Amino acid sequence: MSGGDTETRDIDRSPVANADVCVVGAGPAGALVADRLAADRDVVVLDAGPRFDPADRLARQERAIRPSYDRPDVWDVGGDRDAHASSGERFYPLNHARVKGVGGSTLHWQGMVMRLHEDDFNSGTARGVGPDWPIDYADLRPYYAEAERELGVAGASDNPYAPPREEPHPMPAFEPSYSDSLFAEACESLGIDMHSVPNARNSEPYDGRSPCVGYGTCQPVCPSGAKYDATVHVDRAESNGATVIDRAPVQRLEHDADRVTAAVYATPDGEEHRQAADAFVVACGGVETPRLLLLSDSEHYPDGLANSSGTVGRFFMDHLFAGVGGVLDEPTRQNHVGFYTSACDQFYDGADEDIAPFKLEFFNYAGPSPVESALSGDDWGDALLDRLREEYGNHVAVGGLVEQRPSADSYVGLDPERTDDHGNPVPDVHWSVDDRALRTIERANGIQRSILEELGAEIEWVTGPDATGPAYHHMGTTRMSDDPDRGVVDAGCLTHDLDNCWIASSSVFPTSGAMNPTLTIAALALRVADHVESRV
Amino acid sequence: MELTRRDAVAALAAVGAAGGVAVGVRHAGGGGQDAAGGEADGDGGRHDDADGGADEETVRSTMVAVAAVVYPDAVSNVEAFVDRFLDGRLDGSAHAAGLREAVADLEAASRSWYDAPVAELSAADREELLRGTGADTAEEDPDGTTAERVRYYVVNDLLLALYASPTGGELVGIENPQGHPGGAESYRRGPK
Repeated sequence: MSGGDTETRDIDRSPVANADVCVVGAGPAGALVADRLAADRDVVVLDAGPRFDPADRLARQERAIRPSYDRPDVWDVGGDRDAHASSGERFYPLNHARVKGVGGSTLHWQGMVMRLHEDDFNSGTARGVGPDWPIDYADLRPYYAEAERELGVAGASDNPYAPPREEPHPMPAFEPSYSDSLFAEACESLGIDMHSVPNARNSEPYDGRSPCVGYGTCQPVCPSGAKYDATVHVDRAESNGATVIDRAPVQRLEHDADRVTAAVYATPDGEEHRQAADAFVVACGGVETPRLLLLSDSEHYPDGLANSSGTVGRFFMDHLFAGVGGVLDEPTRQNHVGFYTSACDQFYDGADEDIAPFKLEFFNYAGPSPVESALSGDDWGDALLDRLREEYGNHVAVGGLVEQRPSADSYVGLDPERTDDHGNPVPDVHWSVDDRALRTIERANGIQRSILEELGAEIEWVTGPDATGPAYHHMGTTRMSDDPDRGVVDAGCLTHDLDNCWIASSSVFPTSGAMNPTLTIAALALRVADHVESRV
Repeated sequence: MELTRRDAVAALAAVGAAGGVAVGVRHAGGGGQDAAGGEADGDGGRHDDADGGADEETVRSTMVAVAAVVYPDAVSNVEAFVDRFLDGRLDGSAHAAGLREAVADLEAASRSWYDAPVAELSAADREELLRGTGADTAEEDPDGTTAERVRYYVVNDLLLALYASPTGGELVGIENPQGHPGGAESYRRGPK
């Protein structure tokens, strides 16, 4: 694998003179901002990780399949660079939840792209939980449509519970799976509605990229490029004149009282550089964004840059997984593809103070993948084949995501006891989960169980409140608010404290809803680009 | 079920190996990473190269012999399938070097315990040899003990090749197994 090439090659990582905009982070938010601005502005993008060689994707797929590699190994996450702490009541597996490098976490994401619902923007008013966002669905609606075109979304308008949309998705939805047809009968008799689900995955050729060819390893790697990842917009930004510097972790943001003046970044040769610019867009995700602000404390901002409100790092949220799985006495045809094709949003808008919004997902990848199973175990030959045949073929599962309410005791801070490869305190994800979310997981489990029982399945596992884990959606840690005392950024994602520093990230979400966040991240990033363009 | 050229190509696609280049090298008489060449295995001849890895012909004969143990009886044309897979796998990469070293270790054990190369052992002795190294119970590890490396490079390379191929998948009931780009239609089809 040639992943280390960009470290040793003779690459110019010196700062760009007279830059208009410096974007920190080359994930989807940073890539979209850079792409939008590159044609008319001098844009430089700094990313902490490498530029991965696309030719290595099949080798990374092998890592995804083989048992000797853990999930972080697939994209070279780990080591001193990515050291972290987890001091909360629940362990947070941060390095399973991120990729550092050009493309960011879209390199390993599943690629599900729903819009938040209208009530998600008014959670305080509509549900009595958390603050309202300072923007409404209507403010983001045109940006959602644009984001769907940019990412390339395959979807249909058959979901009666989805928020209003003005045009069809850019590509037709993936057709329902065979197992969806089994679920459909059970759901119909229970009065549960199934519908298609939007995928950032090509159902037909789109934007010069391949349609899905069924490698089946979407999460953590798509070798065909059918699944959107942010290298699409990084490449386009570069072709429009942007400069992208990889392996350039930003150490701190230099600033005066009102403005960021430079991003100080390290390079593999051990040097530090200052990238000055007129405007800065921090797009490092829900963990590294608050960490960078906290690392940039100063006389002006003793508690961290842009932290006059004291909310930087606070209100860390993730989506909670709820699921039930089992087996039928007939084939269910799982693990042909690595994404799901049907969902249920029927229960989402019934949320209130006691029950959070949640959605259901009908899996196409329940039970073991035969090739993965074949590589573990003490058997081979006919005995192995017998085992694989016994294990594979009749599993079913219904998953779901649940909203976590924002809470001050769930936060991202700095661990003073441990430093990274540059001597900076590592992020501490202090994660706790509220009772409303746990109640909602039980409620989701009840519905999931009823569906499987209606199907006639023998239930084998339940992921309930005790076993739940995060969906790897980092949100809330530099939240958006009209009130400078209650949030880090305003409705335009400009920091309250600084005149030239925007944040493009799920870290600005005041509440999380229960929809996968990336489409909202993308929509907000496009909106940030418009704001920056009008100001710089 | 017969393993076909298409299966071998699919298996190589699953691991990102490039078959064409290696084929050219081999048919040119060896060289490069496989400098020991194809004529080394004779009476008292070399069976490994200067780096301690097995030569190419030993790798091929050993892998075919091991495949006969770890593959189910239901598949045929195993030798051609394995040979074709190795055309891509022996590509001068770090993985190829690890494979040659693991085969050399297995070969050394075979000569020590049975006074014969793996390829000349009876099926029962080959199985006993593999179990004797601990490769049956070891967890694969490319940097581990002999047992873990034999499991990784020899046993699991062969199993990965088979079960990521369409024919290997069909044996289990999935014609588009993980790792095989078999299209985005099969998930919609019901059972045959």
